[in-house]
Amino acid sequence: MSTYSVSDATAAAAPRAAITLADLSGSYGVGLAASLVWLAFGLSCLYWPDVGDWSRTGSLGIGAIVVAAFILFGTFSADYLGGAGQALRKRAPWLVAFGAFVTLWEVATAKFAWLPLPFFPPPQSILEVYTDDLPKLLDSVFASIKLQLGGYIIGATVGFITGVSIGWSQKIGYWVHPVLRFIGPLPATAWLPIAFFTFPSSWSASTFLIALATGFPVTVLTWSGVASVSSAYYDVARTLGAKPSFLVLKVAIPAALPHVFVGLFMGLGSSFAVLVVAEMIGVKAGLGWYLQWAQGWAAYANMYAALIVMSLLCSGAITLLFRTRDRLLVWQKGVVKW
Amino acid sequence: MVVQSAAEAITYPAVGAELDIEGISHAFDIDGATLPVLDNVNLAIAPGEFVALLGPSGCGKSTLLRLVAGLEKPRAGTLREDEVRISGPHPSRVVVFQDPTLFPWRTVWDNVALGLEAQGILKAQRHRVDDVIELVGLSSFRNAYPHQLSGGMAQRVALARALVNDPKILVLDEPLGKLDSLTRIAMQSELVALWQRKGFTTLLVTHDVEEALVLANRVIVLSDRPARIKADIAVARPYPRHRGDPYLAELRKQILGLLGLEATW
Repeated sequence: MSTYSVSDATAAAAPRAAITLADLSGSYGVGLAASLVWLAFGLSCLYWPDVGDWSRTGSLGIGAIVVAAFILFGTFSADYLGGAGQALRKRAPWLVAFGAFVTLWEVATAKFAWLPLPFFPPPQSILEVYTDDLPKLLDSVFASIKLQLGGYIIGATVGFITGVSIGWSQKIGYWVHPVLRFIGPLPATAWLPIAFFTFPSSWSASTFLIALATGFPVTVLTWSGVASVSSAYYDVARTLGAKPSFLVLKVAIPAALPHVFVGLFMGLGSSFAVLVVAEMIGVKAGLGWYLQWAQGWAAYANMYAALIVMSLLCSGAITLLFRTRDRLLVWQKGVVKW
Repeated sequence: MVVQSAAEAITYPAVGAELDIEGISHAFDIDGATLPVLDNVNLAIAPGEFVALLGPSGCGKSTLLRLVAGLEKPRAGTLREDEVRISGPHPSRVVVFQDPTLFPWRTVWDNVALGLEAQGILKAQRHRVDDVIELVGLSSFRNAYPHQLSGGMAQRVALARALVNDPKILVLDEPLGKLDSLTRIAMQSELVALWQRKGFTTLLVTHDVEEALVLANRVIVLSDRPARIKADIAVARPYPRHRGDPYLAELRKQILGLLGLEATW
């Protein structure tokens, strides 16, 4: 077996025992299988002629073989790669499944054309989007991030300040609460028609809508967080000589932070929805607009490519939020790991 | 310096404040009805005295402490600390509650530093925080979060958080009530040692007759709600006291009788 001799060389360098057959079926087996699946995918791209005319089949095949080589190398040197090696070992079953999925996809589209075109393009056509339409895609990504970030930061800040104010002061609560109840539950997208003709630009209108979608959950949860702070904390702080500003900044807000982060998370989710709709309808830039544009040209490969990017961005944003929370709330026990 | 005219003369360093409770009455409004909790309570506490308040559950002991701390205003009567009328909370009168109520988002060190931080003097006096953490024996836990501490350790942190302010009056609201009996006995001795060393006036609310007798040099027995002072008993024994002391046992019997529990003796 040729693979065995490769692994033999690694094992010889190791002071530990050489790789046995039991290892091959155990810890190394899954990694080996993943590598083989990706190799099979690559070879099928390179040596099995396509039914249609796809320009990136060769590059995809080479890419798949490079992935296979990485998995193989990683599997047998996992013990020396530290955290990365462990991560690879843990994800090996997923690499097998994912490799099998793309192989099946490749075979069902480019090789046998079982699935109807143009709705189901083969993987190489998505690769083609990433290579040939990259500038436009990147522009869209930047436009989306810019719009989302602006609206989200404004919405989160206003929502946080409003939430703390109505949680702290009954007078402010008296005036703000009815407004919040009236406007908050309305889906932000319902404002679209009004927003686009009242605001000077579609960009400012979209920023407002994203801020609105973010602001409502952040306000409500910050408010409930501040309102639910145990009065014992205030008693302690007051007997120690705390002034009202200290009670707000150093008692109420830190105690409410776990709630605030739930609000920020919910706001992030609803603001994504508003972002995409706003881009599809009003703003002539961004990933939502790109999707719309691709659909207009029946460029389904572009759509899938944009969807993948969008999913990575949204997931990345949530990961970033959760990391921030984990850093700020290290004092909490048992928080959900994203 | 104040010398008590008891069997053994006990001297106090003059750090503690004098506390005068004059004609205090207080009530709560619950569902439109007025519930009286304190009825004309008069009590003069000398500087450096250790006074225990004993009484049936829900009789208004803790309310009296909240008034002393300045967290609430009495409906009638006045409270004075060193002849100055108490109108609000002040770090010279610090409360240790039954629950440690440590701020879970702050480490032990930051919790203890709370008072100095709130008064805006932390930067210049950081050593006071270190000293008092050392004093309660938690130096190796200074960076721990409250959820990592045991009940006894958490209560020690709460004590340190109070002591860092160098209070003139330490107000203790059943601070050992939720601890296991072994930790409790150990902390009682620590409390006496701290009080003897620092000399602050101490006002302790407790349910535990034995605890009151081991710690305090004066035990006030309160009646059922609305609370009135039923008895004012001097405990003239030197420290450290022993639980088996027949003198204390006799006082215990007497106090249980005042609380209507003589049958348990």
